[in-house]
Amino acid sequence: MSQTNENTQPDYHVVHIHRDDFGSKMGLWLFLFTEILLFGGLFILYAAYRFIYPDGFAAAASELDVLLGAVNTVILLTSSLTVVLGIVALQKNNKKLSLFFLWVTVICGLLFLVNKYFEWGAKFHHGIYPKGPALQEMSEGETMYFGLYYVMTGLHALHIVVGLIFIGVVMWQIKKDVLTSTNFQRMENAGLYWHLVDIIWIFLFPLLYLIH
Amino acid sequence: MANGTVAVSDKTAEVDFYHVKTKYKGILSWLLTTDHKRIGIMYLCSMSLFFLTAMSLGVVMKLEMLSPGSTFISAQTYNSIFTLHGVIMIFLFIIPGVPAVFGNFIMPIQIGAKDVQFPKLNLLSWYLYIIGGAIAIYSIMRPGGVMDTGWTFYVPYSIRTTTNVSLSVFAAFVLGFSSILTGLNFVTTIHRLRCPGMTWFRMPLFVWGIYATAWIQILATPVIGITLVLVILERAFGIGVFDPTLGGDPLLYQHLFWIYSHPAVYIMILPAMGVVSEIIPTFSKKTIFGYVPIAISSLGIALVGYLVWGHHMFSSGISDTSRVIFSLLTFIVALPSGIKIFNWVATLYKGSIEVTAPMLYTLLFIFIFSIGGLTGLVLGALNTDLHLTDTYFVVAHFHYVMFGGMGLIFFASIHYWFPKFFGKMYNEKMAKVAAYWIAIGFNTLYFPMFIMGYMGMPRRYYDYLPEFTTYHIISTVGSWILVSGILVMTANLLSGLRNGKKASDNPWGGTTLEWSVPSPPPLENFDEIPTVTTGPYDHSHIHGQEETTK
Amino acid sequence: MSSNNNSEHNDQHGEGHIAEVHHPSYGVNVLVWIGLLSLTSITVAVAGINLGSLALTVALLIALVKSMFVVNFFMHVKFDNKIIKLFIGVCMIIFIVVLILTFFDLTFRY
Repeated sequence: MSQTNENTQPDYHVVHIHRDDFGSKMGLWLFLFTEILLFGGLFILYAAYRFIYPDGFAAAASELDVLLGAVNTVILLTSSLTVVLGIVALQKNNKKLSLFFLWVTVICGLLFLVNKYFEWGAKFHHGIYPKGPALQEMSEGETMYFGLYYVMTGLHALHIVVGLIFIGVVMWQIKKDVLTSTNFQRMENAGLYWHLVDIIWIFLFPLLYLIH
Repeated sequence: MANGTVAVSDKTAEVDFYHVKTKYKGILSWLLTTDHKRIGIMYLCSMSLFFLTAMSLGVVMKLEMLSPGSTFISAQTYNSIFTLHGVIMIFLFIIPGVPAVFGNFIMPIQIGAKDVQFPKLNLLSWYLYIIGGAIAIYSIMRPGGVMDTGWTFYVPYSIRTTTNVSLSVFAAFVLGFSSILTGLNFVTTIHRLRCPGMTWFRMPLFVWGIYATAWIQILATPVIGITLVLVILERAFGIGVFDPTLGGDPLLYQHLFWIYSHPAVYIMILPAMGVVSEIIPTFSKKTIFGYVPIAISSLGIALVGYLVWGHHMFSSGISDTSRVIFSLLTFIVALPSGIKIFNWVATLYKGSIEVTAPMLYTLLFIFIFSIGGLTGLVLGALNTDLHLTDTYFVVAHFHYVMFGGMGLIFFASIHYWFPKFFGKMYNEKMAKVAAYWIAIGFNTLYFPMFIMGYMGMPRRYYDYLPEFTTYHIISTVGSWILVSGILVMTANLLSGLRNGKKASDNPWGGTTLEWSVPSPPPLENFDEIPTVTTGPYDHSHIHGQEETTK
Repeated sequence: MSSNNNSEHNDQHGEGHIAEVHHPSYGVNVLVWIGLLSLTSITVAVAGINLGSLALTVALLIALVKSMFVVNFFMHVKFDNKIIKLFIGVCMIIFIVVLILTFFDLTFRY
C-alpha cells in the first residue's frame, strides 16, 4: 500500500494530494455504523418499552395512518432507486440524465418531509404531543410510544435534511464537472448515506405503523 | 504534478515540521494545519490545561475532606466540584488522552504513512474537542449553577435538577462526536495507509491498541450520543422516556449510559496498554514475548468490553438473572488483561533492562494497575460488590485503573516520545525522581480509600463520621505529595523543552519506524515511503545504529 | 485535483485507490426496486392478518430482507470488497448482543 507523491513546488511546502476512493468509501461506511448505533440506542428503548407496554403500543399505533406511512415508504424507496440510477448515468458519462435522477431524489425527499409535516401537524392538532392535553389522558404505554415516535421520526427527518444537503452539494459538483464519470466517489458516498436513511425507515415503518 | 512520484528535494526534507514553510504563518499555521503532528501537539497543550484544571478541583475536594463537617465549602459546591472533576477528567482527558495526542502524532509514522487518511477531518475533531470543552466551561459560568449530577448524569435527578445539566450534557455530546471522527479516521488510516511490507502482524502493538480503541469509539460512542440527546429532550419537552412519573424506566438510562461508558473504559486503557508494549521491548532490548496474543487480546478486550456494562448496575435493581450473567462475563475481562501482563513480564525476563524514566513509569504502571485490576475482581463479584458499591473502595479502584493506568502511561508516553515530539531531551534524573515522587503520592492518596471504603465510607459525600478522620488526613496529605510530584515532572519537561540538549533521531535504540525519521520529523515524515521487511521489535535492525531499511 | 496513480500501487487486498465501475446497469436496479415495492405491500397486507405473536417476527423478517436488498444492490456491497461485509457483520453482532443482554434484565424484571 503506498501513496502517490505529487509535489508541485510553489514558494511553500505543499502537502501531497492523495486520492483513495476506497478509503473514502470505508470512512463513510464507518460513519454509517455510528448512525446505525445512534438509532440503535432508540431501537433498544423501543424494544424495551414495547416489551413492557404491549397493549399501550398497539393502542397508540392505531392512531397512525398506515396509508401515509406506506406512501412515505414508497417515496423513499423510489428516491433510493433514483440515486443509484444517477450514479449509473454518471458512470456512463450522461451528466444530464444523472442530474435528472438526482432531482427526482430531491423532490422525493421533500415530499417525504411534507407528508411528515402533515402527519405531525395532525397529531399536534389533536393534542398528542409531549405534555399535550390528549397525551396526558393516555396510558403510560401510549406516552412512551409517542415519546419514541417523535424522537425516532424527528431524528430520521433530520437525517433526510442532511442527506438532501449532501445530495445538493453533489449535484452542484456534477454540474461544475468536479465529479465525473471517472471521479464519482463523493456521489457514491452521498448515495450510501441516503440508502442508510432509507434502511432506517424500512425498519421504522413496520415498528411504528404496523402494530395490532 | 505530471509524473507520478517525485522525491521531495533534500533541502525540504531536512526542515522539521515546526520550521517548514507552509501556506499559513504564525498562529494560523497551527489553527489551520492538517499535519497530524501539529494536531497531536495542539491536543497535548489543550489536554494538559484541562488535566491541570481537573487536578486542581481534585485537590480542593481532598482539602474539604481534611476534617469532618464542612471544612471550607458547602455541600452543594462539593457536589458541583466532584461533577466537574469527573466530567473534565473523563471526557476531556482520559478518554481522548492517548489516542488524540500520541495516536495522532506517532501512529501514522509507525505504519509508515505521511499523514492520516482524512487530515481535514482530523483538524475538525480537534475543533470539536475544543468547542466541547468551551461549552462545558461556559455551562459553569451560566446562572442556574454548576451541574451537580456526577459525571454519570443519572436520571431522574438529571432531568429534575435546576442546574445547567442540558448544556454540560451537550458538551459531552460534542466531545463524543470528536471522538467518533478520530476513531473513524484511525481505522481507515490503519487499513489504507500502511507502507509496503507493513502487514497486520508487523504493526507495532501501539497501532493495534489504537485500532481496537478506534473501533470502540465508532461503535459505542453513538449510543451515549443518543442517550444524552434524550436527556436534553426530556428536560426541554418532557418526552417521558426516562421519566418514571410518565411510565419511563430510569434503569434503561443506566443501561444505555453504561453500554457506552463501560467500553469507554477500554478506550482509556487499550492505547495505554499499547504504549506499554512499545516501551518494554525497547528498554529490555529484546523482542516482545507473545506478539500475536497481545495484538489479539486488544481486540478481545474491545469485544468483551461490550458484554459487561451491567456490573455498574448491580445494586440499582436490575434482575437477578442479568446480575449473575454480567458478573460472570466481567470475570472474562481478566483473561485478555492477564495475557498482556503475563507477556510484558515475560518480555522483561532475561532482557537487558534499562530503567530510564519512561521505563520507570511503565514498571510503576504494571504494579499499580495490577492492584487496580485485582480490586476490580472484588467489585465484579456480585456479593462483595453489594457491600462495597458506592463506597470509597470504588473510588480507589477506578483511580488505580484510570490514573494508575491511563494517567501514568500518559506520563510514560510523554517521556518516551518527548525527543521525537520536540527534538530535545529532558533531565533524566529529575524525571525519575518525579516518577518515584508521583508513585508515593499516588499510593498515599488512594490506598487509604480502599480501607475506608471497606469500612463503609460512602463516595460523593462532603462530610464523614469522625472514625474516618485519620485515613482522610493521610489521603489529603497524599494528594499534596502527588500534585507536587506532577508539578515537578511538568517543570522538568518544560525546562527540557527550553534548555534541553538536542535529541538524536533514536535516543532509546527503538526499533519501530518513528525512530527511523529525524527528531522532530519533517512535514510528511518520510522522504520516501519505507518498505518494511521484519517484525516491529527486531533488535538486530536498530534505526540509526546500522544499515536501516530506509 | 488531478491525480496520477499507478496500478501497481494497489495493495495486497485488491482495494484499488481509484474506484472501478462494476455496478449493475439501470435494469437490475429497477428490478430490485420493484421487489422492494412488492415486499412493502406484502408487509402491509400481512399486518392486516392477525398473526398474534408472530406478527412482529414476520414484519422484522420482511424489513430485514428489504434492507439486504438495499445493502447488496443499491449500496453495492455485493460487488464491493469483502471487508465491508465483515464490518457490517461486526456492527450488527455488537448491536444484537447488546440488545440481548439488555433483555436479560428486562425479561426477568417485568
